Amino acid sequence: MIRFENVSFSYEKGRPVLSDISFEIKEGEAVGLIGANGAGKSTLMKIMLGLLPAEGSVTVDGLQMSKENLREIRRKLGLVMQDSDDQMFMPTVFEDVIFGPVNYGLTREEAEKRADEVLGSLGITHLKHAYNHKLSGGEKRMAAIAAVLAMDPVYLLMDEPTSALDPANRRLIINTVRALPGAKIIASHDLDMIWDCADRVILLSGGRIAADGPADTVLRDKALLEANRMELPLGLQRR
Amino acid sequence: MADIERAARELREMDELARQGSPVHALHPLAKLAVTVAYILFTLSFGRYSIGALFPMILYPAFMFSLSGISPLDCARKLRVMLVMVCAVGLFDPLLNRQIMLSLGSLNVSYGTVSMITLMLKGVFCLSASFILAATTPIDSICGALRMIRVPDLIVRLLLLTFRYVSVMVDEVAVMTTAYKLRAPGQKGIHISAWGSFLGQLLLRSMDRAQDLYDAMLLRGFRGEFPYADMKKAGAGDAVFVLVCLLCFIFLRTVNVGDMVGGLIV
Repeated sequence: MIRFENVSFSYEKGRPVLSDISFEIKEGEAVGLIGANGAGKSTLMKIMLGLLPAEGSVTVDGLQMSKENLREIRRKLGLVMQDSDDQMFMPTVFEDVIFGPVNYGLTREEAEKRADEVLGSLGITHLKHAYNHKLSGGEKRMAAIAAVLAMDPVYLLMDEPTSALDPANRRLIINTVRALPGAKIIASHDLDMIWDCADRVILLSGGRIAADGPADTVLRDKALLEANRMELPLGLQRR
Repeated sequence: MADIERAARELREMDELARQGSPVHALHPLAKLAVTVAYILFTLSFGRYSIGALFPMILYPAFMFSLSGISPLDCARKLRVMLVMVCAVGLFDPLLNRQIMLSLGSLNVSYGTVSMITLMLKGVFCLSASFILAATTPIDSICGALRMIRVPDLIVRLLLLTFRYVSVMVDEVAVMTTAYKLRAPGQKGIHISAWGSFLGQLLLRSMDRAQDLYDAMLLRGFRGEFPYADMKKAGAGDAVFVLVCLLCFIFLRTVNVGDMVGGLIV
């Protein structure tokens, strides 16, 4: 379980980005993290991963966020970054996918086996030896997901997984995310994607939690969404 | 803009070249590294007027280009700037040393001219050998080989990350230059008045992207030790390659093949 208790964070003194945030995310839950630009979604994810130090208490599966526990915590959490170019720093997909497992102590042979399994499960075995800079946007995103899944995370964090993708690739990513087992925390402005992939939604506004509840309830609340610079998912607007 | 994009593309092409399959690519990185270092040392050890003895050293790059399937023209294209710089090193020698060394008919060749040509050849040969190493060995394999010969990890990591991050900076320059040129039509390059803010922005953007990349590495267990390429054990073929190359270099260094061939012809 990921537990945030009274977590606050500010980049500059007196201008909090997150204030007094508390929530729990259980194993297996699919949670959508929504909010307007600057609401604090990415910051919250960085705090969850120990990339930013925050006030309050953050625990992951009982491990308190601290320097000593950081490695173990990060092993449990896998982040798919918004910009796949930032995530794919090795020359080929294969090398990128085995980077994490090798760092976490797997032998190269074991890591290769893991990479083959993950690439196979995502249907992108053909990209194994492809050069990262030659991949299309959708392929890059799939490869980035593979690189994170190869670490076998308990919680999968995704920051705007469908941004800058064409409709076909967007649908491919949505279907892939839906099919993934385990807990998923998806930060996105794409409310239709959240509608498709999340069971629960946390709405951030001005650094605070404006709503936390079932996706079916939060995403249908037009007044709530509009009050927080969001709107109903397009799929619901047409109904 | 086109130049910067080309530079970024060429950087990536080196990685692709290094991952092709040829007998040279298949050699152990350590063997290639050792032979390249030996070749450079042997080449640099020739005297400044030993042009005839030096010239047969071309055999190594020529042989390696042919065996690896890499075009020497591709090498010249990628190294054009460095080749010009290397060739410029001895440019003043003909002016400083005008004493006549030999006469070819009515053409007098000075010591300065010979030393300039020797310097140019040395530079071109050494650059070609280094290019062959880089174009047939992925950077992480070169780094792995450097670690095997106990080069400090800090230096090796610096080399590897510089290679990886330089493309990040080049990408940022390309994006910023495009944005600038689209709003400054007809201007050649970036106006001097914009250089300060341009460089400042470039630094900030590069730092941001570098931080994102570093975060991505940290999140996948990076602890300062880079998992360099898996190093298979060197085989008998690698040992033969090193041995034959070293014997050839020693032969070419001790026997003036240029004079021998010249004597046979004359």
